[in-house]
Amino acid sequence: MSTALNGKIQPLRVTQARVIHSEWIKFWSLRSTVLSLAAGVALLVGVGLITASVSASGGSIGDDRLGAADASLGGVMFAQLAFGTLGVLFMAGEYGTGMIRSTLSAVPRRLPMLWAKIAVFSAVTFVTGLVATAIAFTGGQALIGDGAASWSDAGVARAVVNTAVLLTGSGLLGIAFGALLRSTAGAVTTVFGGLFLFDNIVGLMLPDSWQGALRYFPGSSGNAAAAVTQAPDTLAPYAGLAVFAGYVVLAAIAAAWRLSRSDA
Amino acid sequence: MIEVHELTKRFGGRTAVDHLTFTVKPGIVTGFLGPNGAGKSTTMRMILGLDKPTSGTATVNGRPYAAHRAPIQQVGALIDAKAVHTGRSAYHHLSAMAATTGVPRSRVDEVIDIVGLREVARRRAGAFSLGMGQRLGIASALLADPEVLILDEPVNGLDPEGILWIRQLMRSLAAEGRTVFVSSHLMSEMALTAEHLIVVGRGRLIADMSVAGFIDQAAGDVVRVRSPRAAQLHELITGPGVTVTSTERGAFEVTGLEADQIGECAAAAGITLHELSVQKPSLEEAFMELTRDAVEYVPTGVNR
Ligand SMILES: Nc1ncnc2c1ncn2[C@@H]1O[C@H](COP(=O)(O)OP(=O)(O)OP(=O)(O)O)[C@@H](O)[C@H]1O
Ligand SMILES: [Mg+2]
Repeated sequence: MSTALNGKIQPLRVTQARVIHSEWIKFWSLRSTVLSLAAGVALLVGVGLITASVSASGGSIGDDRLGAADASLGGVMFAQLAFGTLGVLFMAGEYGTGMIRSTLSAVPRRLPMLWAKIAVFSAVTFVTGLVATAIAFTGGQALIGDGAASWSDAGVARAVVNTAVLLTGSGLLGIAFGALLRSTAGAVTTVFGGLFLFDNIVGLMLPDSWQGALRYFPGSSGNAAAAVTQAPDTLAPYAGLAVFAGYVVLAAIAAAWRLSRSDA
Repeated sequence: MIEVHELTKRFGGRTAVDHLTFTVKPGIVTGFLGPNGAGKSTTMRMILGLDKPTSGTATVNGRPYAAHRAPIQQVGALIDAKAVHTGRSAYHHLSAMAATTGVPRSRVDEVIDIVGLREVARRRAGAFSLGMGQRLGIASALLADPEVLILDEPVNGLDPEGILWIRQLMRSLAAEGRTVFVSSHLMSEMALTAEHLIVVGRGRLIADMSVAGFIDQAAGDVVRVRSPRAAQLHELITGPGVTVTSTERGAFEVTGLEADQIGECAAAAGITLHELSVQKPSLEEAFMELTRDAVEYVPTGVNR
C-alpha cells in the first residue's frame, strides 16, 4: 500500500490566499449556506415587491418618489435575518459539528481562518446583496409605475449600495458572534436581538434627555445608512454607515481575541 | 519526532495532564496508553495547538506545531472522527483541508482510494458510519504525506477487517521512517502494533518503555508452590531478591526465582510438591496492575 504523495509538487505551505480558497470551497459545499443565501435574496426581492405594490395600490406614493424607492426596499429586515443566520452558520456550524478541530489543525495560527471567512463571506454576500437589491428596486418601481423613483434620483444609488453593505455587515456580525459564542442558537439570538430589539428596549429605558443617543445604536445606524430618505432623529447616511461598520469591526476584534486565546 | 516537556493542563481545578515529559521517536509505532480520562486526548490536542498548555512545551520536529509553514505536512492527525462538518461530502471536506496548504486535488482522490471511500466520497459525511468516519479521519491525516502521525484511538468503531487494515497501515508508515503516535485503552492491541509504550494515568507518566520490556516485566513470573512441607521449603528458598508470600496454609507464591530452581531445591531436600505452577498475568492484567492506582472512573455500583 502506498501512502506517499506521488510525484513532486510545489512547496506546501499555508498562505492567506490558500486559506481563502479553502473557505470558498467550504462555503459552496454546504447546502445550508447556499440555501440561506438564496433565502436572503428571495426575501429581499419578494418582500420588496410586495411592499412596493401595497404602497402603490394604497395611493400613499403621490409625489413622494423617494418614499417609493424606500417601499421597494421593504424586504431589507427579512434579508438581514437570512444573511445574519448565514454568517452564524458559516462560523458556529464549525463548532457545532467539530469541524473546527480539523480547520484549526490545518491553520493552527487561527486568525488567517477568521480573515478568510470574513473575506469570502463579504465578497459573496456583497455581490449577491447588491444584485438582489438592484432587482428589488427596479422591479418594485416597475410595479409602482406612476410616481416611481429612478436610479438617477438623489440617494437611490447610495441606498442600494448601502443596503448591500448593511446585509453584509449583518452577516459579519453573525460570523463574529458565532466565533464568540460558538453556538448557532446563541449567536442567532444575539445578532437578531442586537439588530432588531436592542434599540427599542433600551430606548424605552432611557430617560428623555438621552433619546438622542439612540441614533448611534446598531439597528438605527444601519437603517439610516440603507434608507433613501432619512427618518427624523437619525444619522446622515454615511455617518450611519460608519457607526454600523464600527460595531462590526468591534465584534470582529472580539471574535479574533477569543479565537486566538481559547482552546478549540 | 515529538518532544513533550513538563506539559501540564488544568481545566479549572482539575489537572488533566500533569508535568508529562516524553519523546516519540521516528521509525516505530509508539503506543499511548491509559485508562479513561488519563489525559491522552488532551495531550494530543496540546501537541497540535488545539488546547493551550497551562505550562510546559510540546514540539514536533523541533518546533511548536503552529510554527511550521505547512503544519499538516509535518503532522497528520486523527484527533476525533467527528471533526468533520456533517453536511459536507468527504470529497469537499478533504478538498477544503488540502486547499489551505496547497496540496494538489489529485492527492485528494489518492487518499480517498487509500482509505477505500471512493464509493461514498460524494455523500454527506453526516450519513457515514463510525468506521467510515474513522477512515475519512485517516484520509485527512494522510493528506499532506506527513512525517508524523498522531492518531487518537483509530481502531474505534472499525470492524475486524478495518482493525487489521489500520494495524498494517501504522506499521508500514513507521517502516517508511515516520513517527507514529497512537492512543488506545487496550494493551493487547498495542502489543500487536506498537514497539514502544508511553503509559499515563491521571495525567502522569507511569511508564515509558519498549513493548518487549513491558511484556517481560509483566511476565516477571509468579510461581505458585503447594507442598505438605511448605514452611520448610519457604525457609530453603529465601534469599536476596526473592519474595515469598503465603496465600493459604501449605501454599505460597514466589517471585524472583524460576520454577525449575524451586523444583530442584525441593528435590534436593526431598520435599514433595503438590503444585509448582507459573502464573502468567495476561497483558491486560499487567496493564491494569500498572495503572490501578491511576484509574479515574471506577464503577462504584458493585459495592452497594
Ligand atoms: N474541555 C475540557 N474541560 C474540562 N475538563 C476537560 C476538558 N477536556 C478534558 N477534560 C478532562 O480532562 C481529563 C482528561 O481527559 P482526556 O479526554 O484527555 O482523557 P483520555 O485519556 O483521552 O480519556 P479517554 O480514554 O476516555 O479518551 C478528564 O478528566 C476530562 O474530564
Ligand atoms: Mg481520549
